[in-house]
Amino acid sequence: MDDESVKRYALRLADDALVLGHRLSEWSSRGPYLEEDLALTNVALDYLGRARLFYGYAVKLSDDGSTEDSFAYLRGCRDFTNHLIHELPVGDFAFTMTRQYLVDEFNQAFMESLLQSNDTTLVAIAGKVIKEGAYHIRRSHEWMLTLGDGTEESHERMQRAIEELWGYTFELFEMDRLDSLMASLGVGVDRASLYEPWLHRVSTTLNDSTLIQPTDDWRVTGGRRGVHTEFLDHMLSDLQFLQRAYPGQQW
Amino acid sequence: MVVTGMAKTIPLIPAEEHQRRLRRAQSNQAEIWCLLDNVLDPEVPALSLWDLGVLQDVSMDKNSVIVTLTPTYSGCPAMGVMSEDIESALNAAGFNEVSIVTQLTPAWTTDWLSDHARRKLKGYGIAPPAETAGIRCPHCSAENVQRLSQFASTACKAMYRCGSCAEVFDYFKPI
Repeated sequence: MDDESVKRYALRLADDALVLGHRLSEWSSRGPYLEEDLALTNVALDYLGRARLFYGYAVKLSDDGSTEDSFAYLRGCRDFTNHLIHELPVGDFAFTMTRQYLVDEFNQAFMESLLQSNDTTLVAIAGKVIKEGAYHIRRSHEWMLTLGDGTEESHERMQRAIEELWGYTFELFEMDRLDSLMASLGVGVDRASLYEPWLHRVSTTLNDSTLIQPTDDWRVTGGRRGVHTEFLDHMLSDLQFLQRAYPGQQW
Repeated sequence: MVVTGMAKTIPLIPAEEHQRRLRRAQSNQAEIWCLLDNVLDPEVPALSLWDLGVLQDVSMDKNSVIVTLTPTYSGCPAMGVMSEDIESALNAAGFNEVSIVTQLTPAWTTDWLSDHARRKLKGYGIAPPAETAGIRCPHCSAENVQRLSQFASTACKAMYRCGSCAEVFDYFKPI
């Protein structure tokens, strides 16, 4: 097993976490009310911490002087390998929480599976983040029910959100060559196998939230290949501005 | 006279916590462990790194002190501050070579908080981790409490309100 493959695998997971963490952090000072502002930014912080753990591992496996900061702040859009669902703009609160729920359900299942990896570092990271994730899913699931089975307006916004997001969920379960290699070596997760249980849980929640599950008419992919939506570049220009304008700056 | 009494309950502690306490008890660096008792959680200054279960091990490699920590939450910003505080404390005591090692496994859990630590938390105004049914107001000890938010001023705490004295209080979440 070569370090390069494991590094690339870890980088993907790091990018997923960084991009979603950054999106969540955009709610800072803009939350619907104070307690929600705190909740959103705390979840963002958990994700940023997760990103650091995975980037840290990629750094350990690198021999080209890469650092956590160079991965996060100095790579261009085409080098980011996160799934597209994470980079979508936050939209309204309904969109943010619906995206969060769909991703939280996936992440818990993914991390549960990653706990079985042959790679001790990945297992250690999974063991750490899965506990925090339990609080994330509890919260996002509650919001699905509250907003879905809420007022006419909240219901409408939730229905719109789930329809805008549905086509982005399939990418989470795709297995490309690296995924297949990692899975065959017992290091990575068999994402495809997570789909049916995930769908079952999500369907139940949508039903409980009085939301209509969208049909599988369309799907979007490309994140792992660096082919992103038009939104990622704008997000990176925000995230990376300081480091690019003042290279090497430290707090 | 025959004395009959209630059997005393001996609290169980997790195996890793037992190991940690053994390491401290059997250490040749007792002085350093004691020094580090003065390094407090910046967000919850009632608790030291030892109390929190964050401080895992202290060892010496020639003249270098190696401090092993287990992080609480992945994104906890206090971890950076605590590392700096550890270095300062050790430098001040004359140990100029300090290296801090982060150990992810076994993952930190509130199960490692001692009864003593839990009492300190309560004294500071933060409800210590408990079974959901057992959360009590740290001010008046009432049981009728209501959760306001799963996340409070920090990721490790939730926000509650007491139904009796109406005070809002932080709850240290079990993890």
